[in-house]
Amino acid sequence: MKVTINGGAVELPGEATVGEAVRALTSMTSGVAVAVNGEVVSRSAWESTRLSESDLVEVLTAVQGG
Amino acid sequence: MNGVEVDTGMDTGMDTGVDDVLALGGEKFTSRLIMGTGGAPSLDVLEQALEESGTEITTVAMRRLDPAARGSVLDVLRRKGIKVLPNTAGCFTAGEAVLTARLAREALETNWVKLEVISDERTLLPDPIETFDAAERLVADGFVVLPYIGDDPALARRLEQAGCAAVMPLGAPIGSGLGIRNPHNIELIVESAGVPVILDAGIGTASDAALAMELGCDAVLLASAVTRAQRPGLMAAAMRHAVTAGRAARAAGRIPMRRYAEASSPSLPV
Repeated sequence: MKVTINGGAVELPGEATVGEAVRALTSMTSGVAVAVNGEVVSRSAWESTRLSESDLVEVLTAVQGG
Repeated sequence: MNGVEVDTGMDTGMDTGVDDVLALGGEKFTSRLIMGTGGAPSLDVLEQALEESGTEITTVAMRRLDPAARGSVLDVLRRKGIKVLPNTAGCFTAGEAVLTARLAREALETNWVKLEVISDERTLLPDPIETFDAAERLVADGFVVLPYIGDDPALARRLEQAGCAAVMPLGAPIGSGLGIRNPHNIELIVESAGVPVILDAGIGTASDAALAMELGCDAVLLASAVTRAQRPGLMAAAMRHAVTAGRAARAAGRIPMRRYAEASSPSLPV
């Protein structure tokens, strides 16, 4: 299954969850938030939310700015 | 502090004759200097500047996670025990700002947000229509909303009525260091505000921060003036003193300005 994580194409096993997508990018667990197709997926739902082909996944954290 | 000691004796125990606690969003703060984090050359420099500033609230941006990034601004704030205030810097629409605020709430476990919706890259001036739209949606969603706005008394009043926890008018464009271009409007905002007024953006040096407080602002938010100064730690200390001095001067009540001299010595006997 191909999804886009932070603008880059990533191949994940079928039935992959949001949690697996996050772990494909980082081992950070705190200070991170995820949106799939423009909707926030709360941390408590990461492991139960399955991704679909072509989903747009954004993984954000706090940086210097503003 | 870069080898220079600045001690005006104003840090502790100064009696300004007022209950000098900043009540904001249901919490209380001793410092009236809110810091930004943009522009610091390194996390070490930022940490030192935050320390010298005495700040208790500091704002951070939300961006795509970079797996190669080393160190985190969040670690710095945690070490210092500083409250993190996520912002929506970089957003051009209410929709983007609302999503960013919700992501920040999820990532940082705070319902506070510095709402910033800009109109264009050249001026970075806040878009009043998008800002108001986002503020209404975020207040309805349970956020403590601190909106960055132009120096517009009418918009400030409308945002307060919409349930914002403060209003944050600019002194001048972000990063410009031009100071407070329209002190009269800032005074008008202060006069009618029932929520804290935080002067945000435009501060260039310590006298600008002092002026903001003399005009009656409840706090000052600044970043570039410190992070891009030649000696950020020293400028952070200067800002801390300036905010305290300006607050005290406001409480003390300045003398009226006169056109001609008024002798301060008794007349000589003739």
